[in-house]
Amino acid sequence: MLELSGVSYRYAGYPDPVLHDVDLTLADGEIVGVVGANESGKSTLCLVVSGLAPGSVGGQLTGGGLSIDGQPMAGRPLHEFVTRVGIGFQNPATQLSGVTGSVFEEVALGPMNLGASRRDTVQRTRQALATLGIEGLAERAPRRLSGGQAQLVVLASLLAMRPGHLVLDEPTAQLDPEGSLLVASALRELAATGTALLVAEHKTDILEGLCTRIMALADGRTVADGAPAEVFGDARLTDWGVDPPARIRLDRLVRERGLDPAQVLP
Amino acid sequence: MSRLVPATPTAFHRLNPLTKVTLATTGSVGAVIVGGYLGPLTILGVMIALAAQAGVLRALLRASLFLTLPLAISVVLVSVFTRAGTTVLFQVGPFDATMEGVDFAGQTLVRLLAISMSIGLFVMTTEPRAFVFDLERRGVPPRAAFVAVATIEAVPTLIERAGVIGESQRARGLDTEGSLRARLRGLIPIVAPLILGSLTDVEERSLALESRAFSRPGRRHLLWTMPDSSPERVLRWALVLVLVLAGIARITGRI
Repeated sequence: MLELSGVSYRYAGYPDPVLHDVDLTLADGEIVGVVGANESGKSTLCLVVSGLAPGSVGGQLTGGGLSIDGQPMAGRPLHEFVTRVGIGFQNPATQLSGVTGSVFEEVALGPMNLGASRRDTVQRTRQALATLGIEGLAERAPRRLSGGQAQLVVLASLLAMRPGHLVLDEPTAQLDPEGSLLVASALRELAATGTALLVAEHKTDILEGLCTRIMALADGRTVADGAPAEVFGDARLTDWGVDPPARIRLDRLVRERGLDPAQVLP
Repeated sequence: MSRLVPATPTAFHRLNPLTKVTLATTGSVGAVIVGGYLGPLTILGVMIALAAQAGVLRALLRASLFLTLPLAISVVLVSVFTRAGTTVLFQVGPFDATMEGVDFAGQTLVRLLAISMSIGLFVMTTEPRAFVFDLERRGVPPRAAFVAVATIEAVPTLIERAGVIGESQRARGLDTEGSLRARLRGLIPIVAPLILGSLTDVEERSLALESRAFSRPGRRHLLWTMPDSSPERVLRWALVLVLVLAGIARITGRI
């Protein structure tokens, strides 16, 4: 289990914190979606949860802390984080290492960096590819993959390091609808294996069908945290810069016209 | 696992990268040390034979000639017309073309060709990753190895990106065709976004690498490296010895 308690974070060179007193609990196998307008703090939250902020990015936690499985993570080196929390970003092209000749090598890079034996690396790589159903891509050149395929390879690369928690910052932002569905389906499969997922996304349609809980951020503060139906049904959602899922918008339109959604909508 | 190893279609390709780089170093440094015609021409002959075996002779000749041509032209002009000598072949204005100048230019040209053929053969028959992984296996830190491969592998990505930027700029009316001046003017709007875009990517890529334990200290177990053999080790040491002996002979004035 991953826990953030009362975390406030400030980037280096900025006087004000970007996150204010944020609490978050991510249990095994849980998928928590994070929504919010641009600059609401979603990406910063992802960086803090993964240890990259302040670990790599710099800045300062001005309050609270992060613990994983009951152990405080303050001051731990980044390579200790990566076996516990993996993080993926929105652009698959910049997450591929650029130094490998095949997808297999790309996925194997993380375990190799961890110092895993050759046999262990191969086993982890095969397992990660199989979990996401992309064994067929193993020999392909990473540079020649489609956006959706590349994002799945990035996910496999993170999985091969066997973290208990995965943080994904807008994983479908640069994907077409088919690629987005591919990634969403892979995430569902992942959660079924016990991996806890934190997914920051603008596409609420994807989160609605995927998440067990939704957290909404506005100006770096948690403004809502609850079941998807509860948060996405909140009338203030658009005030926080978040578009409700299409199903809820349609439901509202139908009601506005004095009709009963149960009779009109499938 | 064998499918991960870059293709090695000929016996020369299958040589360990360190052997090939030793050969390239011996060829290029040897051409400078030995001087004259015989030494560089012998090296040239060896490289041509090896390139023919590796099936890259035509491409190597083309690349070597293309790369050495600008330098060769300036060497010929400067050497032939400015080198002092007793035998004047002909005059162009105030300049005398001397026999000694022609001889010096000839020697420099065969050296240049021997150097470019030696290095070119290595480049054309060695996958950068294979070379760097081999160095890492021999103790080079993984970070240094990564930087080396990333630098080499970044070139095609940058070319691809420059192409995309160029097309989008042309779509907005930028003229990159025609005279040299127009082409140079067209480069400026491509270079700025290319550099800025690459810098932006660096931040995200470095975070992504951190998330894959790039900062972990210590050695790693590589998935594959190119095989090495005792005969190759002997060959490498023999090449180094030849180079050292040639250097000594040069310093002591025996060649």
